[in-house]
Amino acid sequence: MILGKAHKFGNNIDTDAIIPARYLNTHDPAELAKHVMEDADPRFVDKMKVNDIIVGGENFGCGSSREHAPVAIKAAGISAVIAKSFARIFYRNAINIGLPILESKEAVDGIKEGDEVEIDLEKGGIRNVTTKINYTATPFPRFMEELIEAGGLIEYVRRKIHGKNI
Amino acid sequence: MTITEKILAAHCGKASVKPGDLINAKIDLVLGNDITAPPAIKEFARIGVDRVFDKDKVALVPDHFTPNKDIKSAEQVKMMREFARKYQITNFFEMGCVGIEHALLPELGLALPGDLIIGADSHTCTYGALGAFSTGVGSTDMAAAMATGEVWLKVPEAIKFIYKGKLNKWVEGKDLILYTIGSVGVDGARYMSMEFTGDAIKHLSMDQRFTMTNMAIEAGGKNGIIEPDDTTVKYVKDVMKRNNIKRNYTLYKSDADAKYSKIIEYNVGDIEPQVAFPHLPSNTKPVSKAGNIKLDQVVIGSCTNGRIEDMRIAAKILKGRVKHKDLRVIILPATQAVVKQMIKEGIMDIFIDAQCAVSTPTCGPCLGGHMGVLAEGEKALSTTNRNFVGRMGHPKSEVYLSGVAVAAASAVLGRIGSPEEL
Repeated sequence: MILGKAHKFGNNIDTDAIIPARYLNTHDPAELAKHVMEDADPRFVDKMKVNDIIVGGENFGCGSSREHAPVAIKAAGISAVIAKSFARIFYRNAINIGLPILESKEAVDGIKEGDEVEIDLEKGGIRNVTTKINYTATPFPRFMEELIEAGGLIEYVRRKIHGKNI
Repeated sequence: MTITEKILAAHCGKASVKPGDLINAKIDLVLGNDITAPPAIKEFARIGVDRVFDKDKVALVPDHFTPNKDIKSAEQVKMMREFARKYQITNFFEMGCVGIEHALLPELGLALPGDLIIGADSHTCTYGALGAFSTGVGSTDMAAAMATGEVWLKVPEAIKFIYKGKLNKWVEGKDLILYTIGSVGVDGARYMSMEFTGDAIKHLSMDQRFTMTNMAIEAGGKNGIIEPDDTTVKYVKDVMKRNNIKRNYTLYKSDADAKYSKIIEYNVGDIEPQVAFPHLPSNTKPVSKAGNIKLDQVVIGSCTNGRIEDMRIAAKILKGRVKHKDLRVIILPATQAVVKQMIKEGIMDIFIDAQCAVSTPTCGPCLGGHMGVLAEGEKALSTTNRNFVGRMGHPKSEVYLSGVAVAAASAVLGRIGSPEEL
């Protein structure tokens, strides 16, 4: 179970806003985390606390394929991203690296900046603790659940190549 | 089936696929650059295999911060170089050979019609101009593909775009794609295949087609694709001959009864050169309605518009002229072959006489990397593909996007304007 404070962002939050390319001369997650969301909200890193949740609008993570974007979010300690919709490559990358993402238009509309939000990843349940309203995220296709259960794509591929018991 | 569905089916050993199917597809090429390959190399090591699936089908292109802009970026390229040596990767491009990936790989015949290509770079969708399926992925996907030669994909729904009629003067492939993104929005084709068809497309050169498919991602598309025709085959034959490539390729076409979730028609006679205003590529206006936007910088080049035909269009406008005194112009030819051809055709002289800075091939300022980033409050007009906040430098700088003709004319005018005003 995840419990954290919501930080709201608008539509089309692009990967340049999540982690600007001026910081991409490294792929060290700890370094990237220092600049997460910087061009969307320069004070975000100071405002957020570990376990907090990012709530975005439509097309979250559009733009570049840089996996550094979900990596920066995860490394900063953000526990999950809820959005109305995700851009395709960001969606893949988040699943591949194990950043929890949930899609729910209703939840995004029903969550305000600073609300306490509880997430049950297994069931895709989202509860706005502040307003006491429950939402359900769009379920993942079965294959993606397998990837998530394996702990990401690399673990999944390792098991496929070397057999289950490694 | 659509051309995209046919290519996907052929690469997963099925007679047919339909939108929504999850498939495990064999790849013909996987690529990465100096930003995305280093984390892929780290992830690759975790998989625990002692070789890449095919040393000829991995391309490592250090183009983003080349020539290395600082110690950290030099370390990233060093990691790629060492990986390439260790695994005997054929297609690692050292300085002097490197070009901007999406211009370089087709030029070398590493992307052919019917191929399935994935790349850890969002503009990997460029190769769709050849009638290939290509799409951007992240570094972890790249790592898995280098180990297995496979990728999981969801078969996308498709939108068919039909471009009818004849292009107006100064209208380029770039204007068609900007207009399209403006009309459908930055998520108008999210997760979908964008198939570009119609008379106007048939008359476009390969360079113009690459520009269009390059920006499919800017509408959220999974891939952009154009059915191969005589223009494609001629281009491919030339490239294969020049590079002594013997590999077979397949020309796929959409069936007459292929299913599309949407069909969108444009009369290109209604389209004039476009400008995308900050901070989304969909925020487009015709250049005649741009108003008086004074510029600090003009950038011509990139994986979108850095091919020889783009250089020729810019040269045609800049010949005998000098850029406006209040701005600077950076020209980024995409590959060494483009640079060489520019010298041969006298284009380099034209640019130098026009007081433009001509760069060695690099992504450079397009993503705010180096070689021409913007200061606070500055405005740039660029033939690149993104104008997000902070894309080219300071978060309070502004990027406008256009085709080459408008960019070159604006360089002379000192503000956003059309070649007709010169």
